[in-house]
Amino acid sequence: MLPLEDYLVIDFSQFLSGPSASLRLADLGARVIKIERLGVGDICRTLYTSNLIMNGESSVFHAINRNKESFEVDLKKEEYCEMVRELLKKADVMIHNFRPGVMERLGFDYPSVAALNSKIVYGEISGYGTEGEWKNKPGQDLLLQSVTGLTSLTGNADSGPVAMGLSIVDMLAGAHLAQGLLACLYRKAIKNEGGFVQISMMESAYDFQFETITTFMNDGGCLPERSQKNNANAYLGAPYGIYQTENGYLALAMGSIPQLGNLLGCEKLEDYIELSEAFDKRDEIKTILAEHLLSATTEKWLSILEPADIWCADVLNWNALMAHDGFKVLKMIQKVEMVDGYKYETTRCPIRIDGELLTSSKGSPKLGQDNEKIIKEFITQNTIANA
Amino acid sequence: MNRPLEGLLVLEFCQFLAGPSAGLKLADLGARVIKIERPNTGDACRQLSIKNLFVDEDSLLFHTINRNKESYTADLKNPEDLKRLKKLISKADVMTHNFRPGVMEKIGLDYANVQNINPKIVYGVVTGYGSEGPWKNKPGQDLLVQAVSGLTFLSGVDIDGPVPFGLSVSDIMCGNHLVQGIMAALIKRAKTNKSVLVEVSLLESILDVQFEVLTTYLNDGGKLPDRSGAKGSAHAYLSAPYGMYETKDGYIAMAMGNLPNICSIINCDIADLYVEAGSAFENRDQLIVRLSETFKRENTKTWVNLLEDRGIWCAEVLNYQTATTLDAYKILDIEQNLDLGGGKQIKTTVSPIRLDNEKLFAARPAPKLGLNTPDINKEFELEIHT
Repeated sequence: MLPLEDYLVIDFSQFLSGPSASLRLADLGARVIKIERLGVGDICRTLYTSNLIMNGESSVFHAINRNKESFEVDLKKEEYCEMVRELLKKADVMIHNFRPGVMERLGFDYPSVAALNSKIVYGEISGYGTEGEWKNKPGQDLLLQSVTGLTSLTGNADSGPVAMGLSIVDMLAGAHLAQGLLACLYRKAIKNEGGFVQISMMESAYDFQFETITTFMNDGGCLPERSQKNNANAYLGAPYGIYQTENGYLALAMGSIPQLGNLLGCEKLEDYIELSEAFDKRDEIKTILAEHLLSATTEKWLSILEPADIWCADVLNWNALMAHDGFKVLKMIQKVEMVDGYKYETTRCPIRIDGELLTSSKGSPKLGQDNEKIIKEFITQNTIANA
Repeated sequence: MNRPLEGLLVLEFCQFLAGPSAGLKLADLGARVIKIERPNTGDACRQLSIKNLFVDEDSLLFHTINRNKESYTADLKNPEDLKRLKKLISKADVMTHNFRPGVMEKIGLDYANVQNINPKIVYGVVTGYGSEGPWKNKPGQDLLVQAVSGLTFLSGVDIDGPVPFGLSVSDIMCGNHLVQGIMAALIKRAKTNKSVLVEVSLLESILDVQFEVLTTYLNDGGKLPDRSGAKGSAHAYLSAPYGMYETKDGYIAMAMGNLPNICSIINCDIADLYVEAGSAFENRDQLIVRLSETFKRENTKTWVNLLEDRGIWCAEVLNYQTATTLDAYKILDIEQNLDLGGGKQIKTTVSPIRLDNEKLFAARPAPKLGLNTPDINKEFELEIHT
């Protein structure tokens, strides 16, 4: 039995943040119905990345929306709104990520929905909260990375701002939404109460940076300083970073500098005896280390460092990763199938419950593919007659 | 306020970041979290500092991750301590650990044994690379997990070589996944009244973070990500103008948008590079370079005002000093003060989850090592009478 079996989630959200939360709930066993705009659907269907279109829609949409159903509606028409209200009366969870004010206008804001179903757990994601002059700004990932200082942590000192090359803030907001919803579902299971969960991408971005921003807050407002070379964390000393070798790269996490010098046969490093030098002289140390590591292969360095318990690793791209037994044993890839028989590969849920992988063979839905079934199952004849 | 996890007892045998960050989330959601720590040293994170910042005898880092928790010291190798712990476990709802595979089996606190002590426990395990395969005994360290996961080929520009994310992203996402798994398990337990095992690993979590681009890779004939060669590009899979551009006095971030429209607003001639919609991908690098030349001509504010007025998605790139002065930052109540007594205070962040219209403030500072041991012994009657 999956943990969320028999739970019904009605998801109005688009793009990545909200839909990544409902994907998690789906993999944990919930039934997720996407409420999609007539004729268009989730904008993510046409948000192409790298021009890769799979079965008529973007690869990204397929990744985010597998294991869900699609209910295509026109929320400007009362009969559709009535159907959605009927669904919400039976739902455990509702999700949206419209900008503040939109759901109020449509009549699906929390007070309205709670009036229909007081036990519902209602979740919403905004960019910058629901008040203040920024509330209507687009909650777009790169812009959130930019205004929260996140782009000053990656790359080297002279790189200028460097973004994390994924929609990380969207994913964090989705993860936090899923947490809030699950917490309220637990409370619902115990006390039979509804709940209201609000996430903003800005708060999620700072939660992600809680270690570094706390340092900033208590350190007289000093800004993070990335190292000149091989930076992997602005706040850590040498050797923390990734280094080029004769035939590839080597990631080095920790290790005392003189010990590294000794193991690697790099005499110059043996002079850095003081512990504090690893941070204070990290640019100097990293420069020596970078030059020295070029002189042999990654395999050679690993064969010296690993037996000495130095924390290090090869740097792999996806081809090398997927060829490795360490990856294969995780069974991270699953094949899913859409209703029209189109099959594709994607990753599975990263959580294991009772030793089982949470896989599902259900692909993403075609726009409106479940309308008939959902109407038959949930909507009373009265509403249909009025439609 | 009525926090959802009120009444639940969590025992945290975890150290460092992944597991303890999950414990912090559970605590903020209302659970009582007790750290089970080794006598004399405790969570190794107590001595792991950044910029050598300590508050009393513990690092600021430890304080950040472990506020709103209690500390109980026990030596897992001491039979009497172990006996106490077993009694405590029998009263707990959740326990978490991040020992390497095999360690808890040796101590006798692995899932199979703990089920005998407490048949209703939710048992959460964090590993680096799972419990099987050639990597299972490798240290679960964030940078190394990033390195093997392919993540380092997504940021920066192509000539940089691998560029890691400048934060412990595997740890943090894994902690987030552990919280999700534990709460799902609690929901399951509410129905079945039986114990549940939850397992996460840093590697699976950092692969999940890449799920969109991995899906593209898996269905695109195994084409590797192609980062731009042009400085400022922000995503290997998105076309121009997506990226950050230097201006006369700083940087501007440009999200995805209609390129000809943007270029006409900022007066940048791209006629030779942009002939059809596909050009934004095909000529991405040259387009980014071309846009960079234009953006250098004016101040960031000038560009942002000009573009925002026309509905273009853009923002000024800020650092911590400028970002924390924003009205949005203040309105969202991102900070809280932890009072350590004796006039000492620490400022840190609040839980990012808002429940029933309230922020989950929880300003109780992190516990000193073993602070709560006597009280917990008394409360749960753990004193051993011989």
